[in-house]
Amino acid sequence: MEYDIKHHLTDDILMAYAAGTLPEAFNLMVATHVSLCDACRAEVESYDAVGGEVLALDVPDDVALAPGSFAATMALIAGGPVQETPVVRAPGSILPGPLQDYVGGDLDSIKWRAIGLGVKQAILPTSREASARLLFIPAGAAMPDHGHNGIEMTMVLQGAFQDEGDYFARGDVEMADSDTHHTPVADIHEDCICLAVTDAPLQFQGLIPKIAQRFARI
Amino acid sequence: MNDSDGKRMLWVSHMVRIRDNQDQAAFAELFEHFAPRVKGFLIKSGSDASLAEECAQEVLATCWHKAHMFDPARASVATWIFTIARNRKIDVLRKQRRPEPEELTWGPEEEPDQADVMALQQESELLGQAIAELPAAQRELIEQAYFGDMSHSEIAQKTGLPLGTIKSRIRLALERLRHAMK
Ligand SMILES: [Zn+2]
Repeated sequence: MEYDIKHHLTDDILMAYAAGTLPEAFNLMVATHVSLCDACRAEVESYDAVGGEVLALDVPDDVALAPGSFAATMALIAGGPVQETPVVRAPGSILPGPLQDYVGGDLDSIKWRAIGLGVKQAILPTSREASARLLFIPAGAAMPDHGHNGIEMTMVLQGAFQDEGDYFARGDVEMADSDTHHTPVADIHEDCICLAVTDAPLQFQGLIPKIAQRFARI
Repeated sequence: MNDSDGKRMLWVSHMVRIRDNQDQAAFAELFEHFAPRVKGFLIKSGSDASLAEECAQEVLATCWHKAHMFDPARASVATWIFTIARNRKIDVLRKQRRPEPEELTWGPEEEPDQADVMALQQESELLGQAIAELPAAQRELIEQAYFGDMSHSEIAQKTGLPLGTIKSRIRLALERLRHAMK
């Protein structure tokens, strides 16, 4: 591990990932962070264990298997395993495996769209309850200013950014909610690439950006 | 080793028999124990009974086909089955992909160390006991978080409790569990 991650995901998020109750975009954030962070991986696996014990504990009285359930399962088994397409991943990429799956390849497969002042974004395909996008911020530039309706999480993949005196580098996650008004600025040494997920559309000031927002899906 | 540890180790050895010998008798016992639990889990997550039945069969069939991937030094059999059932739930009920972290790359495939297996299975037993001994209200909240397919805020709506209270109750329950695990 090249860098000591200092800003982690919260227990709430990690537990909900284990429980399987997060929107897809948040799951992508957790899977990406955990790919780089052993501490959060251990947390997730311990929440998996809580899930396993709750499953083991519960003996449902009113739940009975259908007649012939076991025979039907043996027939499924005889039919062979479900074919899974093998995942092809670029080794040594700055994109952890789960992100490569959503981008459809390595960095050069990202379909960037300029959103002004040198900043670019690429929306990733997830369910609509929440959105995930990659952000490209030129070295030394500020991220576009915005407020929030819901939860937003931003994780650094390349470069670093500074926000209100906190420093975020590869693997670090910044959490923001409706009370946060922040203006992250990319570190001067390198262009910054981040994964950002939010469960609410970002609010921009003014009417025209509001309309534009609908088309840009941000 | 007490009885429950014995039970957990028994499920582990069933998995080995399924993996190495395609042992149908071992699978039948595993099925009888876990299939109704998986079905109950899916029903509590909002599935109707027939879809839950279908998914429970698929989950148990996956246990057979992926028996070689079960690592008893990292998870109890119940935990492993839970993760398969959870992923099936996301796939079928929520119609979403589930992004998974990169696998840690271990050395060449080898049998896990027996002492590690015993230690992990005993930890799981302690965790199970701690959950069973939680005050009912706390246990229910944890169950709802896992099986009710409810977010903390939905739990708040259903129980009429403020969100902050729910979060701190879940935290408290989890801290008790961590404490019990030490
Ligand atoms: Zn972490």
